[in-house]
Order: sequence, then C-alpha cells, then structure tokens
Amino acid sequence: MLELVLNAQRGSFRLQVACSFASDWTVIFGHSGAGKSTLLRLLAGLDRAEGTRIALDGCLFTDSINGVWLKPGHRRTSLVAQQSALFPHLSVAANVAYGLRKLDSARRAARVEEMLALVGAGDLAHRRPQDLSGGEAQRVSLARALAPGPRLLLLDEPFSALDGAASDSLLVRLERWLADNNVQTVLATHDATDAMAIGAEVALLREGQLIAMGPAIEVLAAERDRLLARLGSN
Amino acid sequence: MDWQAFALTLKLATVTTAILLAMAVPLAALLVLGRSRWLAALEALAALPLVLPPTVLGFFLLVLLGPRTAIGRGITSLLGHPLAFSFVGLVVGSVIYSLPFALQPLVAGFAAIDSALVDAARLLGAGPARLVFSLLVPLARRSLVAAAVLSFLHTVGEFGVVLMLGGDIPGATRTLSIVLYNQVENFDYAAANRTAAILLALSVVALAAIYAGGRRSGGRYA
Repeated sequence: MLELVLNAQRGSFRLQVACSFASDWTVIFGHSGAGKSTLLRLLAGLDRAEGTRIALDGCLFTDSINGVWLKPGHRRTSLVAQQSALFPHLSVAANVAYGLRKLDSARRAARVEEMLALVGAGDLAHRRPQDLSGGEAQRVSLARALAPGPRLLLLDEPFSALDGAASDSLLVRLERWLADNNVQTVLATHDATDAMAIGAEVALLREGQLIAMGPAIEVLAAERDRLLARLGSN
Repeated sequence: MDWQAFALTLKLATVTTAILLAMAVPLAALLVLGRSRWLAALEALAALPLVLPPTVLGFFLLVLLGPRTAIGRGITSLLGHPLAFSFVGLVVGSVIYSLPFALQPLVAGFAAIDSALVDAARLLGAGPARLVFSLLVPLARRSLVAAAVLSFLHTVGEFGVVLMLGGDIPGATRTLSIVLYNQVENFDYAAANRTAAILLALSVVALAAIYAGGRRSGGRYA
C-alpha cells in the first residue's frame, strides 16, 4: 500500500494529489505536462517539496511536516525512465551490477545474468551502452533497476522504444517476476493502449490533479471509445 | 643553467598540483551537486585569485603567516619557523593562487554530465564519494587532465606571489621565474634566453599533450 499526499509547486504548475495505491500495479495515465514525471520523482526522492507525505507499507519515505526524508538510495525504490540513462563508461554487465555492491562477486555475477535474462538481454552483457539500440538500452535500464530488489518500481514510459510485440512479451515476464518478488509498481504513461494492456488500477492525472481512479475499463472508457472509433473509421 | 631552481620549480608545481586536485575534485562536486544557497558565495571566493593581483595575494599571505597575526604566531610556534620565506609557505600560496585553474575545468566538466546519470546512480544507492569516483571523475577525465596541467603550468609561471611570500632563497624559494628576473636585472640576456626557453617549452609540451589526448580519445567518454 502506497500512501501519498503531494503538494508541489513548479513555476506556474501545481501538483496536488492525495490518494493511496493499493493494487500491485497502478497506472498513472495523463497527457504530457499532467505531472506524471514530477509525481514519480517525488516518490523516488529525487525532488523535494513542501507539504509532502509518502509512505510505503507503513514505512515513511517523506514527511515534510515532521522533517522525515529518506535519501533516494535508501527507499528500495527504482525508477526506469524513458531516457535509459545507462552509464556510458561501463559495460552493460557493470551497469546492471552498479546497485549490487553489497553482494560478493560470485553472487553479483549470477544476479546480473539472471536480470539480463529476465529482460531478454542476456547476449548484451559485454556490450557498451553506445552500441545498443534504443529498445536494448531500455531493457538493460530495466534490468539495472530490478537488480537490487526494489520494493517499489517506478516506470516512466519505459517501453517507448520497444516495438509492440516485444513490449508485450517483456511485460508478461515482468508482471510475473514482480508478483513473485512482491514489488509494487507504478507506471506512468500517456499511451492508453499501454494502460489498458496491463489491466491494473488506473489513476487519471490532469494538470496536476487526480481526477479519477479505478479499473482501467472504467477510468479509460472515454480513451477506449476514442481509440476504437479511430480504428473503426480506417 | 640553474638546475637547483629548475628542480625546485618542478617540485613546487608537482606538490601544488597534487594538493589542488585532492581539494578541487570534492569542491567541484559540491558546487555542481549541492543545493545550499551558500555555494554561490563559496564559488565566488574560490574564483577570487583569478582577478586579485598576485602581489596583493602574496602580501596578504605574508602578513597572515607572519608574526603580526595569531595564526602566523601559532604556525611559527608549531613548526619552529615562520611559513613565510619557506618552501611550505610557497606551497600554501601557490595552492590558493592556482585554485581557480584547477576548480573551473572540473566544475565545467561535472556540470556537463547528464543529470539523469547522477539520478540513476543515487537511486542505486551511491553516496557522495561513490558518485564522485565512479561517475563524475571517469566521465570528466579530460577536465581532470586539463585541471592538472593548468594548475601545474600556472604554478611554474607564478612570480608575484613567490617573490612576495618566498623572497629569493636558493634551494628553498628561488624558482625559475625568479631566476629569469634576476638574470634580466643583471643584463645576462644569454642566460635569460635559456631560462625563458625552458619555461616556454614546458608550456608548449604540456598544452600539446592535453590537445593530443583529447583528439586521440575521440569522444567525451572514450
């Protein structure tokens, strides 16, 4: 259970959200500029704002009133963004191993191999980030984020560079792995097909406000009709 | 040729460069990654030697490290001799005088690194030290080389601070720039030519090394 009260001002934009995400997967759906990335950055601890309270399963991440603030590396929270942000001077394997300092070298190597296999990038271990395609880089970025064993996984349009079929099969494997490992996931997207494919709880964000929350089929009914109408008209 | 002054100059520049890099890497990281409002003041203070006349800096240090101030008296009683007119005093002066030349390339290099990479490392649990040594320094290697070479050359060529703070003591504070000045003052232009040629050659070789290194590596991260 992820509980959040967010109140952040960024220039003229204001993000104001108070809710809790109870299901394993929550999709935050909104058009660009709705505040999805700001919300994820606050959850990850990369940004701070007054009037913010975030707790995961009773563990307090941020409470600006009482001065509680866990650093990004201490929240067991991973973020995978659209931009894969792989460390350009390290090999793929070393990128995935970056968050595994506490493991001894044999277990670290095994974990790296396991994670790369999970995202279907087992053959890329010795490549350099510069030599990867956009889709490959996103897979490796996902493997790097999962490797330390997060409790909360934040995905910010992470599959934008994967083609549809590849994205679907990766999503199936990912969903199973996350369920097995008890990881709560929040995915931000502006793509209604992504949001409906997962069939999770959907939170609809518009101009910094949460305007609806519930099953995808209900919350995204209007988006679904629009997509169907467009398909029908072709 | 004054080999003693040559050796002393190289020793001063090497020691100064080593101290400067050890100071400037964490300081540059703090300036780039930190959020405190005091950092602007700190950055301005660190850039001050860039515009301050060297003789003024030398004079301030001479007074500060001399018997007129409590700091100077404290150091004197601790070391048994005053810092002014000694090699260690010259190192202190050179470090302050050349600080901007070590700091500014590093600040520029660190600031050019994509903040998404820094965020990713922090989320994976990297603390400040790991952030600096596993990410910032390897990604800004060219800036580190530039900082080292500029600090070294700037120290080799300094004159005002050395003369003010060090005097002209053979083996302790007489560097090549001072030797050159003495030779000109004695109208020994042949010797002055040789000394100046050595100083020029040092600068050209070092700069050529920076630019050749940059060209060979081809890209920022290679």
